[in-house]
Amino acid sequence: MSARIGVVTFPGSLDDGDAARAVRIAGGEPVRLWHADPDLHGVDAVILPGGFSYGDYLRCGAIARFAPVMESIVDAARGGMPVLGICNGFQILCEAHLLPGALTRNQHLHFRTRDQLLRMEAVNTPFTNNYVAGQEVLIPVKHGEGRYVADQRTLDELEATGRIVARYIGNPNGSMRDIAGVTNEAGNVVGLMPHPEHAVDLLTGPSVDGLGFFTSILKHVAGAPA
Amino acid sequence: MARVVVDVMLKPEILDPQGQAVANALPRLGIDGVASVRIGRRIEIEFTGEPDLDRAREIADKLLANPVIEDFTVRLEETDSGESAR
Repeated sequence: MSARIGVVTFPGSLDDGDAARAVRIAGGEPVRLWHADPDLHGVDAVILPGGFSYGDYLRCGAIARFAPVMESIVDAARGGMPVLGICNGFQILCEAHLLPGALTRNQHLHFRTRDQLLRMEAVNTPFTNNYVAGQEVLIPVKHGEGRYVADQRTLDELEATGRIVARYIGNPNGSMRDIAGVTNEAGNVVGLMPHPEHAVDLLTGPSVDGLGFFTSILKHVAGAPA
Repeated sequence: MARVVVDVMLKPEILDPQGQAVANALPRLGIDGVASVRIGRRIEIEFTGEPDLDRAREIADKLLANPVIEDFTVRLEETDSGESAR
């Protein structure tokens, strides 16, 4: 039986369809989850997709954090369920305090859309185990508020404990220490500003470098004790 | 009637590129001597009953401000609707 990967749709989500498609291309079974339904339908992992949930009102991710489905996801994540937040999903995970730091307005104030080179670092997470540390990957970014900030102590701790998932090669937004993605202390929650779901086939993406995030979670679920 | 006003500001150490952009535009208005501009957010809350500062603080802490990057203050403000009850 293939792994069941939940993909949440909030009002204003954009990339839920692409995330579900990426799960399918990787060989998993995408399960669409609805923001107003707290039932996670027995999924093995959850993806919070990109977009502009609740219009990005107040702060990106600030209102989505209180959606009924998020209460279940926060509980499940604290219990060890793998959760990947992409772009707006990363912002939601920071607002929900499942990940440290915050995503703020790009330093140069411009929305940035481009194919972005990244260097993978933490390859021990459920979403990155198919990469090798130091591997360079080409994955699109598209955001106006992707500048990762945290206090110096938090940044030092993230580096010392190997919790930086990926760094930009050529920083597109002014992120502190070129951070493109981080993981939590337990390693089951991952936030990533770039969009791996847009790099899973050569017809629609600049590479297939993003597919590894989705094959990684399937491998993780297959190998996890029942 | 009184309302509760919540002011949310980025912490001093957090970069405010919007404020910088405004500051950089001021010379074009012929205004100089401005050292810095920082942009925050003002939220007005009206309760159905008596204004509740503790409740407002809870709202600010949980939703209106992100304590990782922002500070907030909460205060009462008299509204100037002509027909005051007192």
